[in-house]
Amino acid sequence: MLPVGLPWVGAHLRLDALAAFFLVVVNLGGATASLYGLGYGRHEEAPGRVLPFFPAFLAGMNLVVLADDAFTFLFAWEFMSLSSWALVMAHHRRPGNAAAGYLYLLMASFGTLALLLAFGLLAGAAGGYAFEGIRSAMPSTGIAGAVLALALIGAGSKAGIVPLHVWLPLAHPAAPSHVSALMSGVMTKVAVYGFVRIVFDLLGTPAWWWGALIALMGGVTAIMGVLHALMEHDLKRLLAYHTVENIGIIFIGLGLSLAFQANAMPAAAALALTAALFHVFNHCVFKSLLFFGAGAVLTATGERDMEHLGGLIHRMPLTAFAFLIGSAAISALPPFNGFVSEWLTFQAILLSPALPQWLLKFLVPAIGALLALSAALAAACFVKAFGITFLGRARTQVARDAVETDARSLAAMFVLVALCLVAGVLPGYFIDALAPVTRALAGARLPSQEGLQWLTIVPIAESRSSYNGLLLFAFIALAAGLGAEVIHRWASNATRRSAPWDCGFPDPSPVTQYTAGSFSQPIRKVFGTVVFRAREEVDVPAPGDSRAAQLRVRLRDVLWDVLYVPIGAVVTFAAGWLNKVQFMTIRGYLTLVFGALVLLLTVLAAWQ
Amino acid sequence: MTVQFGQMLLVLAFAPLLTGYVRKLKAHLLRRQGPPLVQPYRDLLRLLRKEVVLAHSASWVFRVAPYLVFATTWAAAALVPTFATGLVFSNAADMIAIVALLGSARFMLALAGLDVGTSFGGIGSSREMMIASLAEPAMLMVVFTLSLLGGSTQLSTIAASMQGPEVGLRVSLALALVALIMVAIAENARIPVDNPATHLELTMVHEAMILEYSGRHLALIETASHLKLLLYLSVIVCVFFPWGIAVSGQGLAAYFAGVGLYAVKLAGGGFLLAVFETAIAKMRVFRVPDFLGAALMLGFLAALLLFVTQAG
Repeated sequence: MLPVGLPWVGAHLRLDALAAFFLVVVNLGGATASLYGLGYGRHEEAPGRVLPFFPAFLAGMNLVVLADDAFTFLFAWEFMSLSSWALVMAHHRRPGNAAAGYLYLLMASFGTLALLLAFGLLAGAAGGYAFEGIRSAMPSTGIAGAVLALALIGAGSKAGIVPLHVWLPLAHPAAPSHVSALMSGVMTKVAVYGFVRIVFDLLGTPAWWWGALIALMGGVTAIMGVLHALMEHDLKRLLAYHTVENIGIIFIGLGLSLAFQANAMPAAAALALTAALFHVFNHCVFKSLLFFGAGAVLTATGERDMEHLGGLIHRMPLTAFAFLIGSAAISALPPFNGFVSEWLTFQAILLSPALPQWLLKFLVPAIGALLALSAALAAACFVKAFGITFLGRARTQVARDAVETDARSLAAMFVLVALCLVAGVLPGYFIDALAPVTRALAGARLPSQEGLQWLTIVPIAESRSSYNGLLLFAFIALAAGLGAEVIHRWASNATRRSAPWDCGFPDPSPVTQYTAGSFSQPIRKVFGTVVFRAREEVDVPAPGDSRAAQLRVRLRDVLWDVLYVPIGAVVTFAAGWLNKVQFMTIRGYLTLVFGALVLLLTVLAAWQ
Repeated sequence: MTVQFGQMLLVLAFAPLLTGYVRKLKAHLLRRQGPPLVQPYRDLLRLLRKEVVLAHSASWVFRVAPYLVFATTWAAAALVPTFATGLVFSNAADMIAIVALLGSARFMLALAGLDVGTSFGGIGSSREMMIASLAEPAMLMVVFTLSLLGGSTQLSTIAASMQGPEVGLRVSLALALVALIMVAIAENARIPVDNPATHLELTMVHEAMILEYSGRHLALIETASHLKLLLYLSVIVCVFFPWGIAVSGQGLAAYFAGVGLYAVKLAGGGFLLAVFETAIAKMRVFRVPDFLGAALMLGFLAALLLFVTQAG
């Protein structure tokens, strides 16, 4: 407890296993982003708008994780929101950024309001705002449900849970790239921390429907995030939508863990929680890496639109390699780290037939299907992101003239590349490191992975499931290397460069390549007509007319139309009505005051 | 250890033969003579000896991809119990990991399709990923079904439990088998989803993606697709027809019997594939999502039935 903050209350700070884990995540992201920023910041046009807020943002995130009472937590939370808002507004003159910042500020204050109410309910009338006091108080079922909903709104809006995600793909890309990495890779994790702290730690024993609700929201978030990402041409916005997807995967794990806890299955709860937390770490690593790569592309070309890039692998080979590893990791491909946490989530899903509630029995396989679908779509999306940006032929002059980014940025990227591989090949150590957290929150831990043969990981029992990334990686490396060696030595190693074949009709213009839009067209046709009400308009000029033909695609965010536009209309209407109250006569004001007084007294009388 | 290495060499050696066999059968069904059984081996050897013609715009991704595709597919194929269980490395990857390994191979190949920057490579990659985005979840649903029945995601454990008396006939199993066959057809670019023999540009998916490949690179990719066909047939026979798979410690005779029986099972599977492919017409690309959506639904139903019927 520190003697600062509110009088007689002070600020309580505490470091437990959960906080320690999230501190590692926050500061790993912070350290690499700082290293990257050293190089990237040289191209910053207004460093004065970034430099003061960057450390403040880091401090805010650290303070949220360390806070041990509601005041400190909310103060740090707001501090983090405001400093990141300032960073989003760093390039406030670019079109769209001001609107993004405004929406972000709106959603952030809305989320904080929800958290404020949640803590108010938790502390009760007695008002013990230290976490220790909250933990010992047992809220009734109704209050616990309300707190859960408020925490889901408060932390979920910061993390990007659908339908509260709308600000995220606008605000994250608007900031400078290392800040985007921090916001996507780290700040969303702080939001996950807030949710875990309130629901797993402070709220006591969960009810089974909490798990059902959260896992379902996770599944919907995952699939909506990846579908939005597939439709996107803006590299940074695509990455931001993938953050939404990965937050969904994390919440699937958290929801399953709650459902298992409610049914007194601690081992399964520990597995689901481990999967979720491991994915928190993994997502921080590869999402930061990918944003760094996007930032390097942005510095080299000034372009975020993939349709204007292409062929960058020839000009920026190291960035391309790092981005490729990040893409493979986020697409959950073995032997990288993203696969391990999704594999653990699948294992948790396969334990859920033992849950007694019928709703869960129906819901969990559906969530499993959503997770499988989003993993496969993520792979398609990153084939697009990497393939259109880095492969093929340059589509514009800026892409043709790109140069490799600076050494510090590359160093930051390659630290994360190494982590992607290490966490994928040696996941046992990471799972063991998570054991204290799961023991504190779920009352059990996974079996110790240390000392298992060949460093295999075994979440439950060896006969049930096991995975060994190290062996797979070694086998793939060995088979590919040996294959190359044998073929080059005994068969042929002659290579001739020539024009591409392309069925005999190669066209030298790079415009004939597949674009991001055409790459995702089949998937848009399969999913987009329902989810986005995608409409294609083809405008073919009449014969003899030399005008260019046009294909226009209209996508609509149904959620925006159904949810946000009506809310906005109601707020505008109410504000317009209240505006009249500002310009009343003295008589009018006196009547209003009198009326309010009578109303309040009546309410008071009815209350007692 | 011997069994593991034996299997690794076995799948590599037999995979082209299976493709040759299916091609021969299809030719016979069409009243053609057909190429000899060993033609795939001859093709591979000839390709290996030829030089590689590389487009000017090709990057290292294009040159590395064939080796990685081959290695990942081989790794996946080596982990499916074919004639014997008790593979040393079988606990390195369960069924989910095998599906994901094939996903890694496809990821690399789709990138290679985009690398040269031609429209055919792009069309192939784009369609391949669209097909995969539905086939992979369907496959995972089948995996869910099988692992709930077998109490494990390990293929060898599933195969062992399928031999046990307690499994019996189940609706879920039938649904899963149908879904698995549909996925296998789509993943191996067979008719009606794709045509492995076509060179008519607009009907190609897999062939369009690898259009720019030549020489040793093409040989590796062809080997990988032979291996993939063998892998899917092996998964089907290992899970649904597991009789005669040798268990470790049964002696040499059991292993030989296992190999013989495995060859018979594969021949049966290849025959059915050839008949099916001859009897059906290729569908339009935008019918494929319906086909695979049906597979996904069947797999989902199979898993859901098990979730609901398994007591707590």
